[in-house]
Amino acid sequence: MSNHTTNRREFIKTASAAGAFLAVGLSGAGKILALSPFSLLGNEAEGEIELNTFILITADNQITLFNPRPEMGQGTFQSMPALIAEELEVSLSQVTVRITDGQPKYGWQQWVGGSNSVQGSWIPLRKVGAAAKEMLIHAAARRWKAAASDCYAENANVLHRPTGKSLTYGELVADASTLDVPKEPKLKDPKDFKIIGKSLPRPEIPSKVNGTALFGIDVSVPGMLYATVQHCPLIHGKLVSFNEAEVRQMPGVKHVFKVLRPMPHKSVEGVAVVADTFWQALKARQALQIEWDNTGYETISTEDYFAQARKKAAEMDGPSYDDAVGDFKAACKTAKKTVEAVYQTPFAAHAPIEPMNATAKVVGDKVEIWVPTQSPLGVKDDVSKHLGIPKENVNVHVIFMGGSFGRKSYHDFAVEAVLIAKQAGAPVKLIWTREDDMVNGPFRPGMINALKGGFDAQGKPIAWEHKITGASLNGQMEKLDLNGKVDDWAPETVDQNTSPYAIPNRRQAFIWQPTDIPVLWWRSVYASTNAFAQESFVDEMAHAAKKDPLDFRLELLKAQPRWINVLEILAEKTDYRRQRAAGKSIGIAIAHSFNTTAAWAVAVSKNAGGGVRIEKAVCVIDCGMVVNPDTVAAQTEGNAIMAMSAALKPGITFTAGEAQETNYHQYPLPSMGETPPIEVHIIPSQEAPGGIGEPGLPPFAPALFNAVFLATGKRVRTLPVDLGSV
Amino acid sequence: MAKYTLTINEKPYTVEAAPDTPLLWVIRDLAGLTGTKYGCGIALCGACTVHLNGQPVRSCMMPVSSVRASQKITTVEGLSEDNSHALQQAWIEEQVPQCGYCQSGMLMSAAALLRAKPSPTDEDIDSALAANLCRCGTYPRVKRAIHRAAGKMKE
Repeated sequence: MSNHTTNRREFIKTASAAGAFLAVGLSGAGKILALSPFSLLGNEAEGEIELNTFILITADNQITLFNPRPEMGQGTFQSMPALIAEELEVSLSQVTVRITDGQPKYGWQQWVGGSNSVQGSWIPLRKVGAAAKEMLIHAAARRWKAAASDCYAENANVLHRPTGKSLTYGELVADASTLDVPKEPKLKDPKDFKIIGKSLPRPEIPSKVNGTALFGIDVSVPGMLYATVQHCPLIHGKLVSFNEAEVRQMPGVKHVFKVLRPMPHKSVEGVAVVADTFWQALKARQALQIEWDNTGYETISTEDYFAQARKKAAEMDGPSYDDAVGDFKAACKTAKKTVEAVYQTPFAAHAPIEPMNATAKVVGDKVEIWVPTQSPLGVKDDVSKHLGIPKENVNVHVIFMGGSFGRKSYHDFAVEAVLIAKQAGAPVKLIWTREDDMVNGPFRPGMINALKGGFDAQGKPIAWEHKITGASLNGQMEKLDLNGKVDDWAPETVDQNTSPYAIPNRRQAFIWQPTDIPVLWWRSVYASTNAFAQESFVDEMAHAAKKDPLDFRLELLKAQPRWINVLEILAEKTDYRRQRAAGKSIGIAIAHSFNTTAAWAVAVSKNAGGGVRIEKAVCVIDCGMVVNPDTVAAQTEGNAIMAMSAALKPGITFTAGEAQETNYHQYPLPSMGETPPIEVHIIPSQEAPGGIGEPGLPPFAPALFNAVFLATGKRVRTLPVDLGSV
Repeated sequence: MAKYTLTINEKPYTVEAAPDTPLLWVIRDLAGLTGTKYGCGIALCGACTVHLNGQPVRSCMMPVSSVRASQKITTVEGLSEDNSHALQQAWIEEQVPQCGYCQSGMLMSAAALLRAKPSPTDEDIDSALAANLCRCGTYPRVKRAIHRAAGKMKE
């Protein structure tokens, strides 16, 4: 084992009053970061990632595991320590879990998004646990002058098989910490898992039922002032003047000044009011009289955006992705019958119940920030960039997010808090109001998806085209000109890898419709809009071919055993082939996103007084190996409800440069009473883990509207739609 | 600014605030009880739900000047500090929270419901919690946990 070292392994021995700490880490792979779609998360250079320390063990056997993945409700406080504990041979009930803080020593894994936590950390964190276990076993073997092969680890002890004697990890940690870290520790066979695969309780849940869980908005630091910002109501307007002197005189007000809200594509100006209490700041903000210069932005409207995107989708072919097969145009010419449809999905707000907030303190060129964020690495990058200070001068405290869904990976609010704290010369907690959150975005972009299909004389589908039309997230964030170019992140659920429908002539294309409306990944990103179009259109094709929608899919997917399995189990769980009474129907849809395949069946019935209601929703999900089945179920239930929100409730609309929806009365969320019974079936699998935070969302809406079509004969192609009116 | 004496979770608090300060900010920033959350500020989302003499109210729109010292305010911290309340236990058993941010309001609405209706139907729950919004989508588990707690409280 002495040679199994690498210059990137890290290994610290610290003597302290509490005893020796064993700190073990394996180097992170910079390559994996490059797979992240999240450019805002920054790119740690390969050389900067030197040290990952995820396990602390004290001489008295206190075990602390570090979770590098911020918690927003998706369960990383259980799933990440589970990966380490499984291999380390400790139970989760005997460990303390701590969140990492963005320090380079914890490596590239310190972000959440793209349903990546288990997928990305599955091997690295298990290796962290396995390496530590091997070191502890070797330390025991030395102590006993025994063969390491006669020793094994169990429940935070190392045992000697021939004699039955044992030592605790705490008794071994000092010795173990003098050993080399194995580079390729042996990982357990999944059949021996004791933690992974079990629905174990999440450790932070008790703190979330008695008010003790600390969210970003709950942070308080000594000497803290409160801030609120009035941004220009017209997106991107400029500040001309404001009544600083008058507002400055109001009770509790300490400062009134101009501040920037930095976004990747634009910086937006606003007026910050800093006061002793948040209410005083809000009251003073109401007294602001501001003159704005809105030149150039007075005409932004979502109606225009959609009209332009529809026109482009109708007139242009758009550049193809490089996975085209056959010759779509030629196949259309020979087709006996063609079908076309255009689908529209709205701009959507993330609207987590905890609005954006951050608490910042700036002393000289050093920043301390307490922030609910999906990425402390991204916060460090963005703050250091905007203040012109080194990243190591930005000390980030990662706090629980009260929901995020993508939003808290965009750090405009964090940088804004730092800029305010710097100018105020005091620690400041910035809280965006709900209205600030809803009108300022960024938003899921509204999209137009145009599809065309063709059949031969025997009714076999021979041609398929999917044109994704709309804003590009990367394009906006990186200020790219995508005219005539594809957006590589847009075709989730559409490209051949994620949409393996066997149609011999297929092309997938992207048509760019830029916008100044700030846009951002929103739970499941483009899959949320693409799958609605694709899976609605597959149904339209099936009906045009006079085939059952399930049979039509099974035929086109027959070379895809995992897809077939998902659909067959879905049919079985829902008794799909049963004849249903008039006015009752079941619709299905399937989509593969974030390396997971999910299918929904949604049962609806016609209301006597008009419209339809959802009776039940059933999901079958194949996400490979599962860390915590109950978390998969919870995420999938949440995905159904968030999909209902985007499909059935108003979207965000802009008129004359201004968002029209300001709070939950105009952007209502589904309520408990609107939520149907939801059933989730997880396919047992030994495949590598896929994502779970997002893949349940994309196929829900098309399954619902495929059911609506069967029940009512009405095909819904433009969302949102009120189920009471279909 | 004026002085107010409030009774929160059976303890007296004396605070100084402008009369129109919503009870929510008094509870959070002046009494330091941050379990009660801000979500919308206009009594739509329910994250700020507390009890006033046992009745659920939206603290984000209730001026502190309208609350008398004799009125008992109960926040999520007052359900129990040790998670011994039947609803807290049911919440843990059903693993209800995801992000957890709306859950204080959910629990306070549920506690008021069970006091009024010890054996609520699904419809009773839908109606009592109609204005408690959850963006993570924990509704199915909230409902299961309320039924579970109701069952336990009858034992």
